[in-house]
Amino acid sequence: MSEKGERIICRCNEVTVEEIEALIEQGVTDIEMIKRLLRIGMGPCQGRTCLPMVISIIARKTGKSPDEIKLPATRIPIRPVPAGVLVGDMNEE
Amino acid sequence: MKSKAEVVVIGGGSTGTSIAYHLAKLGVDVVLLEKGYLGNGSTFRCATGIRQQFTDEANIKLMRYSVEKWKKLSEELEYDVNFKQTGYLFLATTEEEVEAFKQNIKLHNKFGVPTRLITPEEAKEIVPLLNADEFLAGQWNPTDGKANPFKTVFAFARKAKELGAEIYEYTEVTDIIVENNEIKGVKTNMGTIKADIVVNAANAWAPIINEMAGLDREFIPIKPYKHQLVKTEPLKEGQIEPLVCPPAWNDSYVIQDGEDGGVICGTGLEHGPTYDVTPTYDFLREVLKWATRIIPALKYVHVLRQWAGHYAKTPDSNPAIGKVNSIDGFYIAAGFSGHGFMMAPGVGEAMAELIVKGKTHVPLDWEWYDPHRFERGELRSTAFQIG
Ligand SMILES: Cc1cc2nc3c(=O)[nH]c(=O)nc-3n(C[C@H](O)[C@H](O)[C@H](O)COP(=O)(O)OP(=O)(O)OC[C@H]3O[C@@H](n4cnc5c(N)ncnc54)[C@H](O)[C@@H]3O)c2cc1C
Repeated sequence: MSEKGERIICRCNEVTVEEIEALIEQGVTDIEMIKRLLRIGMGPCQGRTCLPMVISIIARKTGKSPDEIKLPATRIPIRPVPAGVLVGDMNEE
Repeated sequence: MKSKAEVVVIGGGSTGTSIAYHLAKLGVDVVLLEKGYLGNGSTFRCATGIRQQFTDEANIKLMRYSVEKWKKLSEELEYDVNFKQTGYLFLATTEEEVEAFKQNIKLHNKFGVPTRLITPEEAKEIVPLLNADEFLAGQWNPTDGKANPFKTVFAFARKAKELGAEIYEYTEVTDIIVENNEIKGVKTNMGTIKADIVVNAANAWAPIINEMAGLDREFIPIKPYKHQLVKTEPLKEGQIEPLVCPPAWNDSYVIQDGEDGGVICGTGLEHGPTYDVTPTYDFLREVLKWATRIIPALKYVHVLRQWAGHYAKTPDSNPAIGKVNSIDGFYIAAGFSGHGFMMAPGVGEAMAELIVKGKTHVPLDWEWYDPHRFERGELRSTAFQIG
């Protein structure tokens, strides 16, 4: 629960259940669009925590089975890595 | 699904949704068909940049008009698309480039774009983390900017529907019905829709759509090249707000995302032609090599995501926009070569007016973007391609 008593689903970008439900009620039921309008799964954890919960909310609200809702693409590098490490340039300074 | 419409638009990216919205606004009964989810082509993969800094009159004029539209777009669509005028800063590494910048600036100014030459010190004031020592001068336009592609597509689609347009996602056009060189409708995996007018807004896939209409794939030789981006964790607002690009450094650029403050980094490395969009490790290393040279502090910032999309390139990197003369009722707006998101508001309005009124008040030079120029072996001067 956040201070306002809202239930946070995506901790990286502070998205609440209420925001997700409101969007679905407006007719946005595709996980790809919900993801992008609310930025769920786009933070440092890449959706590890939130996406399964988002899927269950969509399933509950739309009457679809969770299996019908595909996970959005996983983006590399999976875990955050400092840019300097990736260019092999972290030992200079 | 509807079985009949006045106009069918193929492709639900920034171009297609803008065209559908502008047609609906003019009272046209329009259907938009998208084979995946809206935006899943190039649009949701773009770097968000919007610039007027081109090197030819046609693109400068179109983009100057488009920026005026971008400014009012959130209000017009009643949805915040997060357009911000945070500028574009090009950086020169040689005296020749400085001279070229001066020529560009003259041209921009002639058409009312307030670009100016600035010193490396001034550049550092705009981008505090910049490694200004390596640059001789900057070409700076504070009226360029960025917007949110997700919200833009959603807002165009939402408003289009409100005005009566029908939008079908996960609906793939499989054939186009042409009789006696006249458009009669389209076939999809969900059924057939009759229509006298079809707009090909399928960008990287546009040659396949042209072929369905009976044209040669090479009629407009658009080729899909894989381009990639990486995005970092958020930085404090105001660190790299404009798009910063030293073209001599492999067309590399950095820009802080207007939404969450993470840094989007791109570079000129391309693969293709290919429809594959798997991210590649060579890109990750190449892009970060240049990005950390532009902004050394980025070394200590975490990279979160990498993805790929298409530049739908024509031989002169200018899109094909207009009417296809050999088939009655067939229009195209495709081949945006890496700068189609920024053009969407202007192009959508111009196309809708062309279809309904046969002409437009948008300063879009039809001659310049003529879809038939390739057939004639005519090319325009190559449009500059950064973000
Ligand atoms: C890495 C990268 C960075 C970029 N940066 C910028 C930038 O900063 N600024 C900028 O302005 N531009 C940028 N671009 C370019 C920009 O993304 C494109 O020019 C723009 O999104 C084109 O929009 P569109 O609607 O024409 O095409 P798309 O968004 O590709 O839409 C075409 C749609 O047609 C659909 N389609 C295809 N075939 C069919 C079919 N048979 N039936 C139904 N639907 C079909 C596709 O699924 C797709 O959604 C960038 C591109 C990339 C890849």
